[in-house]
Amino acid sequence: MSIGHTLLGLLESGPRHGYDLKRAFDEKFGHDKPLHYGQVYSTMSRLLKNGLVEVDGIEAGGGPERKRYAITEAGVTDVQRWLATPEKPEPYLQSTLYTKVVLALLTDRDAAELLDVQRAEHLRLMRILTDRKRKGDLADQLICDHALFHLEADLRWLELTAARLGRLAQEVRPA
Amino acid sequence: MSLDTRPRSAPATGAPAGNTAGRRQRVFWRDLAMGVRFALGGGREGWTRTLLTAVGVGLGVALLLGAASVPELMQRRDDRSVARSAQDQFTGKPVPKSDSTVLQRDVQTDFRDSTVSGRVLRAEGTHPVVPPGVAKLPGDGEMIASPALRDLLDSPDGALLKERFDRYRITGTIADAGLVHPKELYYYAGSDSLTRDQGGHRVAAFGWAQPKEPLDPLLVVLVVLICVVLLTPVIIFIGTAVRFGGERRDRRLAALRLVGADARSVRRIAAGEALCGALLGLAVGGIAFLGVRELFGLVDMWQVSAFPSDVVPVPGLAVTVLLAVPVTSVVVTLISLRAVSIEPLGVVRNTRPRKRRLWWRVVMPLLGLGVLLAAGRVSGEFDPPVYAIGLGATLTLVGLAALLPWLVEASVARLRGGGPVPWQLAVRRLQLSSGTAARAVSGITVAVAGAVALQMLFVAMHDDFNRTTDNAPGRASLVVRADVGDGELAERMIERFRTTKGVEHVIGTVTTYVVKPGRLENADDIRPTTELTVATCENLRELARIGRCEDGDTFVAHSGNKGMNNWVDEAARPGKPVDLNAQSWDEAGHRHVPWTLPADSRVVRTRPDPAGEEHDGIYATPGAVDPAKLTDASTTAMIKVDRGTPDAEEHIRNTAAHVGPFLDVMTLRAVERDKQYATVRTGLQIGAMATMVLIAASMLVSMLEQLRERKKLLAALTAFGTRRSSMAWSVLWQTAVPVVIGLALAIAGGLGLGWVMVRMIRKPVTDWLLFLPLTGAGAVLVAAVTLLSLPPLWRMMRPDGLRTE
Amino acid sequence: MTPAGSLLQADGLRKTYGPTAALDGAAFSIHPGEVVAVMGPSGSGKSTLLHCLAGIVRPDEGSITYDGRELTGLPDAALSALRRSEFGFVFQFGQLVPELTCVENVALPLRLNGARRKEAEATARGWMERLEVDDVTAKRPGEVSGGQGQRVAVARALATSPRVVFADEPTGALDSLNGERVMELLTDAARATNAAVVLVTHETRVAAYSDREIVVRDGRSRDMERAV
Repeated sequence: MSIGHTLLGLLESGPRHGYDLKRAFDEKFGHDKPLHYGQVYSTMSRLLKNGLVEVDGIEAGGGPERKRYAITEAGVTDVQRWLATPEKPEPYLQSTLYTKVVLALLTDRDAAELLDVQRAEHLRLMRILTDRKRKGDLADQLICDHALFHLEADLRWLELTAARLGRLAQEVRPA
Repeated sequence: MSLDTRPRSAPATGAPAGNTAGRRQRVFWRDLAMGVRFALGGGREGWTRTLLTAVGVGLGVALLLGAASVPELMQRRDDRSVARSAQDQFTGKPVPKSDSTVLQRDVQTDFRDSTVSGRVLRAEGTHPVVPPGVAKLPGDGEMIASPALRDLLDSPDGALLKERFDRYRITGTIADAGLVHPKELYYYAGSDSLTRDQGGHRVAAFGWAQPKEPLDPLLVVLVVLICVVLLTPVIIFIGTAVRFGGERRDRRLAALRLVGADARSVRRIAAGEALCGALLGLAVGGIAFLGVRELFGLVDMWQVSAFPSDVVPVPGLAVTVLLAVPVTSVVVTLISLRAVSIEPLGVVRNTRPRKRRLWWRVVMPLLGLGVLLAAGRVSGEFDPPVYAIGLGATLTLVGLAALLPWLVEASVARLRGGGPVPWQLAVRRLQLSSGTAARAVSGITVAVAGAVALQMLFVAMHDDFNRTTDNAPGRASLVVRADVGDGELAERMIERFRTTKGVEHVIGTVTTYVVKPGRLENADDIRPTTELTVATCENLRELARIGRCEDGDTFVAHSGNKGMNNWVDEAARPGKPVDLNAQSWDEAGHRHVPWTLPADSRVVRTRPDPAGEEHDGIYATPGAVDPAKLTDASTTAMIKVDRGTPDAEEHIRNTAAHVGPFLDVMTLRAVERDKQYATVRTGLQIGAMATMVLIAASMLVSMLEQLRERKKLLAALTAFGTRRSSMAWSVLWQTAVPVVIGLALAIAGGLGLGWVMVRMIRKPVTDWLLFLPLTGAGAVLVAAVTLLSLPPLWRMMRPDGLRTE
Repeated sequence: MTPAGSLLQADGLRKTYGPTAALDGAAFSIHPGEVVAVMGPSGSGKSTLLHCLAGIVRPDEGSITYDGRELTGLPDAALSALRRSEFGFVFQFGQLVPELTCVENVALPLRLNGARRKEAEATARGWMERLEVDDVTAKRPGEVSGGQGQRVAVARALATSPRVVFADEPTGALDSLNGERVMELLTDAARATNAAVVLVTHETRVAAYSDREIVVRDGRSRDMERAV
């Protein structure tokens, strides 16, 4: 999971202060693991260096936390690329996928599309595994089946998420 | 069905100790009641099924109630017929003239297809007795008509008939008490010209307590057979109707098993459902019966009408019907449940049901035929072995019905699945479950076999009459007779008839019997008697080849029969006397009318009259014998009718009525017989066809059910490109195969039964092809069931069936 | 936008049942020898898409070309003939005629095409052997297991050597082991005969037997290969 992409995505809806960014992140994705301020500043300075964000303004009399960041054109493109690229199917992918879905919803991108692409990627792997299974011996079959069942579980989650996109959008979007 | 009823349906295993008998009884009633609830509250589907059963059973019940009413109907008709007859007709005692006596003469005339009967009455005193249904005796020139006759006379159709009755004024209507049935054409007319010489019969009272008269043995045989033939299919039909929708019911019962009902409980629930359908059917049947009963009073179907109040089932029979129908429905249901086992997870059809055993199915009809053959032959003299006949015929017919399922199964099992696809589908379907089809068709088998046998019997009897009357078809004719020997009347009749529309030819004669006078050699011998025909030369020429003739001539007419000619010659001896009064010649007080047959009487050869009959005996011209001298003569006009003239006969009857009120107009007797037999035969065929319609209805219902069951399959078949016509053909074959087998069996059995019965009445079988119309009806039935199945079949072959998941 | 060499292709399909739109502008294409999975949540219109493609249901709008021929205008008889000779079908259940033996069921489409009984049944036996159900030839569908019945159905779908096999949830009523075996046999046989398979399923493990998938959602289709 990429914190950088996530913060960039959060900036797409408008310029924010570093403190706001941390709060928004924690609220939507942080759940049991809040971000440290340090993480936010180091990430933001890296993004600033790469030209993906720019400083929109600094409030008077404040410390570094009073810096306001805005996303650049290059930043938007980067978020877009990240969201459109399916993740390599692997276990425990949900948190990344979840983040991507929420960000897509927040930035008014097509979340269903994201899920479909991810599904296609999963299926591609499943096809490879199925093919290996058909050609292999029993040991291969058993190993492939294990992987296939995991991928199937992920795919079910994708299906379910796809079916609940409407509700999710209502919850994550500010009223 | 509501969910809350289910737990209660669970059998109480481990019931608390206590009144177990009472408990069991409660469980029993509860299960039955639940079945009733399913029948009534099972949604649209449950309703449809119950309704179908109810209508089916109702039809059967209505027919059964109708049949149960026949004895009462006959009795009441008979009672009223007797009530209006003269009393002395039954006692035979002579009646002295009194203030209350009435002279009466029965008169009858035919009008097209119907017979109009009546009586001419004349009071002999001031307080005449009146027949039932009549308030006051009609006076001279007055007429009291039945409502139906009155309507007929008032209608445009009855104009010709009205002309016949134009000497009478209608002054009243006969009340129901005086009529045998509501559409009877009957009348009472008053005439002062009625005398005892004119055939008037003195009556002191109407009505008679009827003594029990044994039925004509032939009639008994017929009645027994008709009952078996018509009622067996009805019972079979009721059995089929109760099974409507059985497969769905089985599935529902399986669902009940899943929630804990035990096998016995499930059977009771099914019984309750069937009972409910049957009870509704009783109600439907009762209402239908009452409706049709009223209908019979209003319309005249096939010349059958009846007062609704006469159509009352015999109480015993009605109670039997009321009890037997629900019991049958329950028994049939339980039997049908035997073939499946209803398990909680679904219905398991016993794929290999018990093999149908053959022996008793063959033994039954053979035994029946055996009983009939052993019962001997019926003739008028001794009591017919009614029970043997009934038993024999019933065994045969029911045996045929029982043989059919085996036969269908056996023949279908032999069919290979070769041939075109529709045929294969039909054959395989029948192989898997031929029972349903066979059960329905067995009704047809009984009806057709019975109808064939009965028709053979009728035709054998009918042909017998035909032979005696020698009625050549092209030679339609009428004979008009007056019971007075009147040469002048004969001339007048000839004159009048000759100018009547539709008459081709008329011969008028006065005839009487004459005898040889004097002592007989042996007192016990029959006195030589011959017929004397008095007519003009012109008329005589029509009856014999007389050659030269002038008024005053006499002849002796010989036919082709030598024995008869010898008999004629014993009385007709030229130059010797004959007595012109043949009546009671040997009794005291006989008025002799001696006459000598002129010695120059030539022997001439007769020729057939317009009616085809030959008249031998003495021929005389009016110059030789004065018809007025004859005491017991009758005047006859033999009329040849032009068949091409519409209503020719009616015009002749009108003329006859105008010539004299008491002239008898006789159509050939065989023609009347023809009509009667035609009616009976038509009735039989209609009965057999009605049965077929009934059976067709039940076949259609099971076909539709079967189609509905396989909606999904039909849709799948459509998907892979099955032609609609293929499926239609398969439906056709599936119907046709059992029907053809059933009809073949019915015809074989019917011919066998018919042959045995015709043999019983000592007649030869004259027509072996009577079954042809019924096979035609069978073909129509198959076509009808198929055609009516097509719209739902098309509908189910639509791909929508694939969508229901 | 016609992909070169596609055997069956559809564009802009629309079909409504009453007030609900089952298809709302769906597209599809398949090449000979290709196995395409049609996926999507239930009620998304994937079965309707299959029915339209197979000429069972006429779409309200859109075009379907099979082998260069436009199907939407063809009369019913021609569509039936096409289904008989060029297409094969496998459904989830309830497709075998219960009265016929298994081999007769497999021979049925051949016979509908006019083949003689003996030849048809010989061919049918060959296919049943291939699908490993030659031991139930003489049994009726009611007497065999679900997996066997479904293999018989696959044998029937392949018996006419169709160019397209339409399979609508062919493993829906089977456990995974039986289901996968059926899929293996179906796809192997289809590939061997260069037949295209249109596979409607909601199971990903079944869809994994396909070469590519399209997703139907709310009556609209999405070809994942072209999208990526």
